[in-house]
Amino acid sequence: MPQHTFTVNGKTVTVEAPADLPTLWALRDKLGVTGPKYGCGIDVCKACTSHLDGEAFNPCVTPVSEVAGRSVTTIEGLADGELLHPVQQAWLEQDVAQCGYCQPGQIMAAVALLRRTPTPTDADIDAIENVCRCGSYFRVRQAIKRAAELMRGA
Amino acid sequence: MTSSRIGRRTVLTLLVAAPTLTVAGNLLDTPTADAVLPSLPAPADILDLGDVLILAGTPTAHMLVLRVDPDGTATLRLPRAEVGQGITTAAAMLVAEELDLPVERVRVELDDARPELLFNQLTGSSNTIRSVYGPIRNAAALARARLLAAAAARLRVPTGALTTRAGVITATDGRAARYGDLAAAAADPKLFVGLVTPKPERDFTVVGTPTSRIDARAMVTGKQRYTLDLDVPGALPTMVRRAPTINGTVRSVDNEAVVRAMPGVLALAVIPTGVAVVAETFGQALDAKEALAVTWNGGTVDDESDDTITAKLRAAAPGFGGPPLLGRAVDAEFDFAFVSHAPMETNSAVADVRADRAEVWAGLKSPINAQEGIAKALGLPVDKVTVHVTQGGGSFGRRLFADAALEAALVSRAVGRPVKLMWSRVDDMRHGRARAASHHKIRAVHALGNVVSFEHRVAGVETDFGHGVGDAITAEAAQLPVAGGLVFAQVVFLTTIKSPYNLGLTGQSLTEVPLKMHTGSWRSVYSANTRGAEEIVVDELARSMGRDPVAFRREFLKTDRQRAVLAKAATEGQWGRAMPAGFAQGIAFHEEYKSCVVYLVELDARDPADPRVVRATIAVDTGRVINPRGLESQLLGALTDGISTTLRAGLHIDRGLPLEGSYSQFHYARQKDSPTDVRIFTMPTTGTPGGAGELGVPAAVGAIANAYARATGRKPRRFPLNFPVDFDPFPR
Repeated sequence: MPQHTFTVNGKTVTVEAPADLPTLWALRDKLGVTGPKYGCGIDVCKACTSHLDGEAFNPCVTPVSEVAGRSVTTIEGLADGELLHPVQQAWLEQDVAQCGYCQPGQIMAAVALLRRTPTPTDADIDAIENVCRCGSYFRVRQAIKRAAELMRGA
Repeated sequence: MTSSRIGRRTVLTLLVAAPTLTVAGNLLDTPTADAVLPSLPAPADILDLGDVLILAGTPTAHMLVLRVDPDGTATLRLPRAEVGQGITTAAAMLVAEELDLPVERVRVELDDARPELLFNQLTGSSNTIRSVYGPIRNAAALARARLLAAAAARLRVPTGALTTRAGVITATDGRAARYGDLAAAAADPKLFVGLVTPKPERDFTVVGTPTSRIDARAMVTGKQRYTLDLDVPGALPTMVRRAPTINGTVRSVDNEAVVRAMPGVLALAVIPTGVAVVAETFGQALDAKEALAVTWNGGTVDDESDDTITAKLRAAAPGFGGPPLLGRAVDAEFDFAFVSHAPMETNSAVADVRADRAEVWAGLKSPINAQEGIAKALGLPVDKVTVHVTQGGGSFGRRLFADAALEAALVSRAVGRPVKLMWSRVDDMRHGRARAASHHKIRAVHALGNVVSFEHRVAGVETDFGHGVGDAITAEAAQLPVAGGLVFAQVVFLTTIKSPYNLGLTGQSLTEVPLKMHTGSWRSVYSANTRGAEEIVVDELARSMGRDPVAFRREFLKTDRQRAVLAKAATEGQWGRAMPAGFAQGIAFHEEYKSCVVYLVELDARDPADPRVVRATIAVDTGRVINPRGLESQLLGALTDGISTTLRAGLHIDRGLPLEGSYSQFHYARQKDSPTDVRIFTMPTTGTPGGAGELGVPAAVGAIANAYARATGRKPRRFPLNFPVDFDPFPR
C-alpha cells in the first residue's frame, strides 16, 4: 500500500492508502480530521471545501496521491489558536449557521474568495456554489461582506 | 428531587417542575366587518396538532433534568432533537433567565431515548418551544429557589435578604456565595422551599434578546460533532448497495468473492434493504458497493412514474361538476411533485450490537420510537437498547424516521462488529424519504362583492406517520373535540389545515392514495402545498373581484392580529411600488400553531424559465419570542425552502425510482438563487410562544407563485414551476 506524506493544518502527516482514495476519506477516516463533510462525493455540494496550498479544493474528488508534498488546510486550521479568522468572526457576528453541517465548507469557500477578491460584489458571492440546505444564504452573504470589512481593518 | 454524586462532584439535579399547560384560544378574537360572510372555525382553530402533542406530553412534562455543577454551570438535558432549528439556544436562554445565570454558563445536552417520557420526546409540528416554555422555566425557577434556600441557611439570613445575579447570591450586608459552592447544599432533600413560580414575563432580560447560537463557535471551527464524526471505538465505515427501484430486495449477490477481495473491504452482509459493505474507509466502502453485482427482486412501485401517479391523484380528488348556481366561480387545479428532504448530512448512524444489548447513535427526532423499533428488530428487550441522540445536520422532517439507525443495528448484528453507516447522496435522494406528491382542486365562489364559499379538495400520496406521532395522537384522540375516530393522516390534516379568511362556507378535505413509497412529513407537512395553493387562489379571487391582493386580504382576514402583520409587511415592503418590466411583487399570508406571518417578495422573472427572488420582506407574530435571531433564521430558511420548491426543486419518479441523485439534479437553491435583500419584522412580543419552525414555508410558496403570476401573466399550476429533466440520471 503506497504512503502519502503531506501537511494538514501545518502538521506533517503520512497516510497509507490506495493512490486513488479521495483525500476526504484520508482526512476523515485515517487522520480523524472531521471538519470537512461528505455531502455528495462528486464535487457538487462543496460541503468538504478546504484549501490546498491556499486555494479552495474539494477533497471528495481529489485523490490523496495528488496532495502528496502539498499543504492542506481544513476548517480546523483556519483560526490562529483561539484567535478566530475574520471570516469566522463575521460568521459569529451574523449568526450564520443553522444545522452547521455545510458551514466549514462555506467558510473555507468565503476565505478563498476574499483572498482573490478582497471586496467582492454580489455577483462574486453568487458564484459560490456551496449548498446550504437550511437556506442561510442571505446571512452567508452578509457575513462575507462583513468579513471583507474586518479584513480591511474597518 | 434527587441528589446524585458523579465521581467526586456533588451536584444539584432537579427532576421536579410542575407543567404549565395553556391551550391558547385566540380564535375569532375580533368580529370582522359585516360585509364579509364569516366562516366557521375549522378544527385547527380550536385545537391544533401542537396542542395535541402538548396534551399527550403533559403527564411527563415535569420530567426534565436540570443540573447545577460545582463549577457554577447548569446543564439541561433536553428531550428533543437539535437539527439546526436553534432549540438548544432557546432552551439555554430560558434556563439563564430563570436561574439568573449568563447564557454562556448554561449547557444543553440532548437526552437519550427515555421511554418513561412516553409521548414527550418527539421533535415536530413546530412544537419544541411551545411545549418546553413552561416546564423549563419551572425547573430553573425551582433550582434557583433551592440555591437561595441553601444560601440563606449558610449565610443565616432570610431568603428575602438575598439577590441573585450572574450565578452569585448576595446578601444585603455584602456577603456572597456562588451557585457552584451551593450546589451540594441545594440538593439536600431536607431543604425547605415554598411555592415556586417563574419570574413574571415583564421582568425578562434574556428572553426576547437577540442571542447567537450556543454552538456557533463549534460550528465555525469544525468542532461541532455530527453522528459520523463520533469516535466510537471500532466502528467501521459502512455503506449499502440498494435496489434499482424503491423497496426492491436482494435475490442474489453474484460476485461476492471478488468484492470481498477488494482493498480495504472487511465484511459484507445481505440485509432487508440491500447489501452492506464494511471497509476501512468510506471511499473503499463506496467503491466496493458500486462494484457489487446483484440480482434484484422487484420493488413496490416499479410500474409507477410521474404520469401514472399524477393520474391517480387527479382521479382521487373529486371535481366540482358544472358551474355554481349562484355567483361566479374561480376554479384552479394544482399538482405538486415529490420533494426530497435532502438534509446536508445524509442518513447516518453508528451502531454497536452485541448478543445481549445494543447501543445506537443518530440524529433522531423520535428516539423512543427508534428504540422500540430497534429492540423489536433485534429481538432484545427495550431496556437493553440504548439510543443516543446526536445533533443532526438538518432534518426538515427527515429525522422523525430512524431508518438509518435501524439499518445500522441490523448490519452491526450481521457482521458482528460496530459500524458507522452512511447513505450515499444518491441513495439519500432516491431511497430516502420525500414529501408526498399532491393534487389540489379548489373552487371559490363570489357573488355581489362577497365570497360565498371556498372549497379545497386535496389528494396526496400517502404520508407515512409511523414514527411515533400517531401513538401520541391515538393517546389523545378520544379527547379530541373534533377529530375522534379518524386515521392519523386525517387528524394531522384537520389539526393543521385551516383558512385564515372569512370566505363563507369553507371546506378542506384530504384523500390519500396509498402507494408503498418512502414518504414523510416535510417542513410544514400538508400546509406548504395546501395553504400555498390557497394563497394563489386568494390572489385570483381578488383579481376576479377587481380587488388588490393586499386590500382583499385586509378585508377578508379574520382578526386584527392578522391584519396588523399584513399591514406591517405591506408597509415595510412598499407594496404596490413601481417595478420594471418582468419584475413583480407577490404577497401571501399564513397562520398556524398560534402564529401568523406574511411574506412579500419581489421576483425578477424577465426570464420565466429562470426567475430569481431579489428582495423579501417578512412580518411575523409568534406571540412570545424567545430568541429573535433564531426566529429570523427559521423564517429565512423557510424563504429558501419556498424559493426552491416553488421554482425548481423536485423529484421526477420514473419506473419506481426518483431520477434525481444529487444537488446538481435536485435543484435546491444556491446563493445565486437567493435574494440580496431580506428584511424581517417581528411584531411586539406578548403572551406565550407560538410555533415558528414551519410557519414560513406556505406563505413563501404563495408569495413567490403570486409574484410569478403577476410578472409573467401565467397562472402557476404545476410545482416546481421549472422542472425539466436537465441532467443525465445516475445509473440505477
